[in-house]
Amino acid sequence: MASHPETPRKAGFSHRTLERNITLLGLLSLVTVAIGGIVEIAPLFWVDSTIEKVEGVRPYTPLELAGRNIYMREGCYVCHSQMVRPFKDEVERYGHYSLAAESMYDHPFQWGSKRTGPDLARVGGRYSDEWHREHLKDPRSVVPESIMPPYAFLAEKPLKAGDMAAHFKALRAVGVPYSDKDIASANADLTLQATQDADASDLQARFPKAQARDFDGNPQMVSEMDALIAYLQMLGTLVDFKAAEAQEQPK
Amino acid sequence: MPATLAKSGGLFLAMVVALVAMAQAQDSAFAIHMGIMALAALIAAVAVMATSSTTRRLGHDESHYDDAPVRWGVIATTFWGVVGLLAGLFIALQLAYPVLNLGLEYTTFGRLRPLHTSAVIFAFGGNALLCTSFFVVQRSCRARLAFPGLARFVFWGYQLFIVLAATGYVLGVTEGKEYAEPEWYVDLWLTVVWVAYLIVFGGTVLKRREPHIYVANWFYLAFIITVAMLHLVNNLSLPVSLVGAKSYSAFAGVQDALTQWWYGHNAVGFFLTAGFLAMMYYFVPKQAERPVYSYRLSIIHFWSLIFLYIWAGPHHLHYTALPDWAQSLGMVFSIMLWMPSWGGMINGLMTLNGAWDKIRTDPIIRMMVLALAFYGMSTFEGPMMSIKSVNSLSHYTDWTIGHVHSGALGWNGMITFACMYYLAPRLWNRQRLYSLRLINWHFWLATGGIVFYTASMWVAGITQGLMWREYGADGYLVNSFAETVAAIHPMFLLRAFGGLLYLSGALVFAWNIAMTIAGRIRAEAPMTETPYDARADRPLPAPALQPAE
Amino acid sequence: MSGYDTLRHFADSWGLLAMTILFISFVGFTFRPGANRRHHDAAHMIFRADDQSNQGRE
Repeated sequence: MASHPETPRKAGFSHRTLERNITLLGLLSLVTVAIGGIVEIAPLFWVDSTIEKVEGVRPYTPLELAGRNIYMREGCYVCHSQMVRPFKDEVERYGHYSLAAESMYDHPFQWGSKRTGPDLARVGGRYSDEWHREHLKDPRSVVPESIMPPYAFLAEKPLKAGDMAAHFKALRAVGVPYSDKDIASANADLTLQATQDADASDLQARFPKAQARDFDGNPQMVSEMDALIAYLQMLGTLVDFKAAEAQEQPK
Repeated sequence: MPATLAKSGGLFLAMVVALVAMAQAQDSAFAIHMGIMALAALIAAVAVMATSSTTRRLGHDESHYDDAPVRWGVIATTFWGVVGLLAGLFIALQLAYPVLNLGLEYTTFGRLRPLHTSAVIFAFGGNALLCTSFFVVQRSCRARLAFPGLARFVFWGYQLFIVLAATGYVLGVTEGKEYAEPEWYVDLWLTVVWVAYLIVFGGTVLKRREPHIYVANWFYLAFIITVAMLHLVNNLSLPVSLVGAKSYSAFAGVQDALTQWWYGHNAVGFFLTAGFLAMMYYFVPKQAERPVYSYRLSIIHFWSLIFLYIWAGPHHLHYTALPDWAQSLGMVFSIMLWMPSWGGMINGLMTLNGAWDKIRTDPIIRMMVLALAFYGMSTFEGPMMSIKSVNSLSHYTDWTIGHVHSGALGWNGMITFACMYYLAPRLWNRQRLYSLRLINWHFWLATGGIVFYTASMWVAGITQGLMWREYGADGYLVNSFAETVAAIHPMFLLRAFGGLLYLSGALVFAWNIAMTIAGRIRAEAPMTETPYDARADRPLPAPALQPAE
Repeated sequence: MSGYDTLRHFADSWGLLAMTILFISFVGFTFRPGANRRHHDAAHMIFRADDQSNQGRE
C-alpha cells in the first residue's frame, strides 16, 4: 500500500477503524439492521395476546386449500384485501373487523395491500354460487363498472391440485394441526366436497361448517372453478360473531 | 486445462440434474423451469469451454479495471427497464380497459402485475445496482474486481433468476407474498447468486489499494447484507415436493404479515434506497467534479438510515390485526426516518454548492438533481402516510401506488438513467454520449410522465378513500364499491398517459445508449446555454460626429 | 401493570433518553474537529488520478 498522508493509527476505537475494516463494517451493519426486526417480529411469536383464541377457526379443507392456492396463483391478492379494519364504514360495508385468529392457519397470509376490488375477508355466503360463476367468467355481466379480468378458463380446467396429502403434510410441518385422518383422506375429501348430495358428515365433523356441493354447476367434473368458489364461500364464515362479541377485551 | 474441464463437467452434471428434475416434475411449471435451468447450464458449459483461453487472462491483467460485467450490466439495465415499463403501461391500460386482459390465463392483471413490479425493481433496479457497484467498488478501491469468474457468474446467474421469476409469474408460480413472489427453488438460486455477489464485492474491498473504504461502498455493503437477511427470513417456506413448484410459508397470519412487510418495506429501504444512495454518493460528486458536501453527514446518514429503516415495516399494517404496539412502533420510526432521508438528500444536493450553474449546462446533473428532488418528496410523503390517521384514508387506495411511483420513477429511475449516461461513454471508450440534447428530451418526457402519474394517483386515491367512507344524511353509506371504481376511471387514463410519457423517455434513453455503444456521435449544437461570440464581445466604435445644422 | 405498559413506559422515558444521548454523542463524535483532515481526504479520494494505475496520488 502506498504511503498515506495521515497520522499513524492511534490505539482504541474510532470510526476510522470501521472505515478500514470491511468485516467489522459489515458485521456492525448487520447488527444495526437486525435490531429493529428482532424487537418487532420476535415478540409476535411468544406474546400470547397477539392471537386471541377464537371459537370456530379451523384449518382449510382440501378443496378450500386448493381454491386458496388458485386464488394466490391468479394474484387475486394484488387487488383484493382480506383484512377489514375497525372503522364504521368498513364494518358496515364488509362485516365485523378481522381478528388475528382468523388468519392463524394462513400460510402465507393474504391480507393484501390494495383494494382495486372490494375486501373479501367476509365474502363467504354473501352471493350465490351462480353469481360467483357468472362473475368469475365475465365480471361485467353482473357488475358493469367492474375492471376485474375474466376467469372463464377456471370452469374449463379440471382441478389438478396435486397430492393433497402431501400438501397437508407440508402444512402440518409448519404448524397447522391436521390429523392423521385428515391427511389420509385428503384426496378423497377433495372430490367429495365438490360433489352434490354426497355424504359429507365425516368431513364436516372434522371441518365444522365445511360446505359440500357442486360449486361450479357442472357435475361432470371437479374444476378449478369448484375449488375457487368453495374457498370464496367459506371466507369469513367460520367465526360466529354474535358469540365472539363477549371475547373482545373492553377498551 | 483441468480447471476448465472440471467447470464444464460440473455444469454438464447440473444440466443432467435439472433434466432429471424436469422428467420427475409434479407440475408443468416446474418442468418448464427445470428445462430453462438445464438450458442455462448447457449454455454456461459451452461458454466456459469456448472462452477457456480468455478466462485465463481474466484475473491477471491488473493494469485495467474489469469492466466487462459492468458493460453487460448497462445493456441489461436498459433492456429490462424498457421491458418493465412496457409491462407497467400495459397493466395500467388493463385497469382502464379490462378487455386488454385478453381472456387468457397468462395475460390477466393478477399475473402481469408481479411481472411489472419484479421487472422494474429486481431486473431494472437490480442490474443497475450490480453494474454500478462493480464499477464503483473498483474505482473507489483502486483495485480490479476480485474473483472475475465469480463476478460473471453473478451477472448471468442474476439474469437467470430474472428469467425464472418472470416466466413463473406468467405461468402462475407464486408464493403469494408481494415483491417476494418467486417460489422456493428460485429463492434458493438467488441466495447462491447473492452470496457470490457478497464475495465478489467484499473481496474487492479487501484487496483495495486505498486505506479508506469510500462511503458509497458502505451503502452497497449494507444493501447486499440486509437484502440477504430479508430474503432468507421472509422466504422461509416448506416445499410440498422437491420436484414441484408449490411451497408453504413457514409463518402464518399475523407473524407472516409482519415478516412480509418487514421484508417489503426494507426491500424499498435497502434495495431501492441504500443501494441507490450508494450510486448517489459516487456519481453525483463525480459528475459535479466536486467532493460530497459533507462527508461527516454521510456517516450519520448511513448509520441512522440503516438503523431506522428496518423498524418501519409495520406502517403497512396499520389498523389491521397486528398488535397496536407494533403499529405504533412502526409509525414512530417511519416519522423519524424522515430525518436521515432528508439529510442524505441535502448532502447530495449541496454537493452542487458553488456549481449550481451545472443544472443549466449539464443535462446529467439536471437529471440527478431531479432524482434527489423526488427522493426528498417521496421520503416526505412516506412518513406522512405512515401517520395512522392519514393512513386510514390512504391505505388500500391508489395514493399508495402514486407514492411508490414518485419514488420509483422519480428517484430510482432518474438516478439510474443519469448513472447510465455517465457510464456509457466511459465504458465503451467514446468521446461523449451519442447526444446530450436527447437527454433533455428524456428529462422532460420523464418529468411530465411522473407529474401525470403521481397527480392522477393522488386524486384517484383520495377520491376513492373519501367515497368509501362517505355517509349520507340518512346515516347509510352513500357509494357502492363499484361506483368508486367507476369514479376513478378518468384518473386511470391519465395515469396510463403519464406512463406512456415516461416509457417514451426511456425509449429515447435506450436509443441514446445504443447509439453511444455503436460509436456514433450526433451532430448537434453544443450544450452551453449562453453562446459566446468573440466578434461581438468588444466595445462599439465611437459614432462619427455629425455637424450641427 | 401489563408487560405492554411497562415496556411502553420504559420506551417513553429511559429508552427515549438513552437513544437521544446515544444519537447526540454519535453526532458529536462524528463532527469532532480532530477528524477534519481525515474526512476531507476520504471525500476527495474518488478524484485522485482517476482511472489510472493505482500509484497516482494528488
